[in-house]
Amino acid sequence: MTIKDRTGRSGDILRIGTGAGFQGDRIDPAVDLAERGALDYLVFECLAERTIALAQQARLADPEAGYDPLLERRMRAVLPACARNGTRIVTNMGAANPQAAARATRAVARELGLSGLKVAAVTGDDVLDRIGPCVLEETGAPAAALGAGLVSANAYVGAAGIVAALEQGADVVICGRASDPALFLGPLIHGFGWAMDDWVRLGRGTLVGHLLECSAQITGGYFADPGVKDVPDLARIGFPLAEVDRAGNAVITKLPGTGGLVTRATCTEQLLYEIHDPARYLQPDVVADFSGVELEEIGPDRVAVCGATGHPASGQLKVSVGYRDGWLGEGQISYAGANCVARGSLGIDLLRARLAPLGAAILEDRAELIGLDAIAPGARVAAAAEPAEVRLRYAARCRDAATARQVGEEVEGLYLTGPAGGGGVTRQHREILGIATAFLPAAQVAQQVEIMEGQDETA
Amino acid sequence: MRLHDLAHARTGDKGDTSNISVIAYRPDDWPLLERALTPEVVAAQLGLGQDGGVERFALPQLHALNFVILGALAGGVTRSLALDAHGKCLASVLLQLDMDDMARD
Repeated sequence: MTIKDRTGRSGDILRIGTGAGFQGDRIDPAVDLAERGALDYLVFECLAERTIALAQQARLADPEAGYDPLLERRMRAVLPACARNGTRIVTNMGAANPQAAARATRAVARELGLSGLKVAAVTGDDVLDRIGPCVLEETGAPAAALGAGLVSANAYVGAAGIVAALEQGADVVICGRASDPALFLGPLIHGFGWAMDDWVRLGRGTLVGHLLECSAQITGGYFADPGVKDVPDLARIGFPLAEVDRAGNAVITKLPGTGGLVTRATCTEQLLYEIHDPARYLQPDVVADFSGVELEEIGPDRVAVCGATGHPASGQLKVSVGYRDGWLGEGQISYAGANCVARGSLGIDLLRARLAPLGAAILEDRAELIGLDAIAPGARVAAAAEPAEVRLRYAARCRDAATARQVGEEVEGLYLTGPAGGGGVTRQHREILGIATAFLPAAQVAQQVEIMEGQDETA
Repeated sequence: MRLHDLAHARTGDKGDTSNISVIAYRPDDWPLLERALTPEVVAAQLGLGQDGGVERFALPQLHALNFVILGALAGGVTRSLALDAHGKCLASVLLQLDMDDMARD
């Protein structure tokens, strides 16, 4: 693979695509983009709020673990085409261990005969060593008050580390916690040479990242509503790419021959996805302003995006603080046919009576009948006939694993000692990792870049 | 006539906050949505945020509203006991809203 020039292959346009929008995303559309997209950059966003706390626990158990479990599969799938086409990869699949993820990527590259591949690990988001005095929004108490329950603290860092890695010629950049749009903003800053205080362009680049970061959610995924919002060939949906110009304006599109659609409607839904005040989208590098965004359909599956702007960053970084939050015990059982709602309700009463002796070992509980009131119990709904079936679900946050297990066992016990005709029990118990939010001054968080290339692993 | 006939919608989440976009299919319906979909109406339909926890933002050029509902997700996706801990289903619940009375006003 050759190191690309600062600008994209077509000079004034950078082509940047999405290879994944969450940890479990489909792999085939990413391979298609790598092969046919003529991309300058392919970005994989795989890190949800809780993922990094789970990854931190994995790393504590094994120093070479703690990165995305699908990293090797994704890299094996796309590296040959990316190397062939000069497409550079940026991803947060490093999770709690970007260095180990970079080593693993190098190993995959060697297997594939791509020994010259430069892989960068970007670190610095792990702030566990300095989070103690910071007050958590949810509790109003310092993080240190969590004591041994404190598992992880990762700052949502900006694009600077990714930009530095690209400046050093990395073909693959692997970071941990970064803001999702920063994964896309970094390549744009590097490719176009944007200044880090060019708030307008940083705001526009953030919009591009925000629109692309959830992969197919802008190409017709999370969108289909049969008869109202139909999506063609959803089974073979393609992932998005953006053609971005030097000013930061963009066209969102997808590859010809793929399923799905890119329209003003899909782009508007994604524009507002997980946004609060559209005029103040808080990011580590910029406060982006989407309030004046305009979307125009300029061709089939082509939407032009302009009108975003930006304002100086706040100087504070959001930090996700992972902590042990008790144990979840859960069980489900189905009732169908005549009088099923009454039998399900009786089952709930029995569970509460039988679990009452556990007292304070159950910290919080929730009981519902799936099919009746599990999703939005307070919602206003029209009166309906009795459902054909319901599924009793009982869930509790418990002080310890034994109590959580007992919750599921009591649901299972309804087989022989519950209402008539209960079937299909499932049960589970697991530790709950909660996430709380704190803020750190950006000046306290420095990013580092480590480049791995050549024979370094075998030295 | 339900809201579903006039608009499409999507739910997002951050921590314990849910946000729901509501987007008119036809520009002609935008004035009705803008007038009728107050934070109070949305709170009542969802059974959430009735204590003033719903904020509304408008993007008229896109015929879109964004509702932000604080404390909607039982503590947030990581610790909620809810089946749909993200609240992904809430936008569709909002689209059940009966618009007939509001359209006559």
